[in-house]
Amino acid sequence: MFVNQFLILAAILFCIGVYGVIARKNGVMVLMAIELILNAVNLNLIAFSMRNGSVDGQTFALFVIAVAAAEVGVGLSLVLLIYRNRRTISLDDLSEMKG
Amino acid sequence: MLIAQNIGFAIIAAIMIVGAIRVVTTSNVVHGALWLVVVLAGAAAQYVLLAAEFVAVTQVLVYIGAVMVLFLFGTMLTRSRIGRDSGLNNTYWKLGIPVALALFAAMAIALVDSFGSEKMPTDGAIVNTQQISDQIFGAYLLPFWALSFVLLAAVIGAIVLARKD
Repeated sequence: MFVNQFLILAAILFCIGVYGVIARKNGVMVLMAIELILNAVNLNLIAFSMRNGSVDGQTFALFVIAVAAAEVGVGLSLVLLIYRNRRTISLDDLSEMKG
Repeated sequence: MLIAQNIGFAIIAAIMIVGAIRVVTTSNVVHGALWLVVVLAGAAAQYVLLAAEFVAVTQVLVYIGAVMVLFLFGTMLTRSRIGRDSGLNNTYWKLGIPVALALFAAMAIALVDSFGSEKMPTDGAIVNTQQISDQIFGAYLLPFWALSFVLLAAVIGAIVLARKD
């Protein structure tokens, strides 16, 4: 197994996630794309953990998983709040901060 | 042994890439969530391939178990249209394709340049769960406490935000 096969798979997942964040309008779908990005990072951490023969990468991946769970909880409650106030979760309609 | 690992990697990687592309292109929110399950399960399988079984189990528990339920609840509570929805993409969604391709080209060049054909160590020390717990409750105890407070703050914040006054 090459080191690069895991890193390039993670890079592909990361780029697909970035595309999703840019292209999606629905708030829930944007959060799903962010999950793809976080998983790409985790894959990198685990791959380097194996390459270096150290535990640190796996520990960091566990921390990332916990932070991602917190992020999804807060993010979805924000989306819920936006829906309750605006009756839509289309992120294009949130333009109050435009000058 | 290594050939079997490579075949396993290729199959799982192909499934993951197809799933990820479907997540960002499908026109159905629930299908997107289900394709995301495929990607997350594939990631867990890759962790097993990389001898990180504890992280793989955590991935299944936290992501496929908890986060996916949150996503489906979010879909339900925001009354996203169940079924096809043509309004999921921005008007300028095509802009994302060149950005993602340029990003991938940059990363691929950097990766090939720095790691080339370096192989994974085959005789590396197998990391077991006890070592991970020693790390978390030893060297990383302070970050672990901080993370506990992050989770607490996130739980309280989510309740405060989502509560109806």
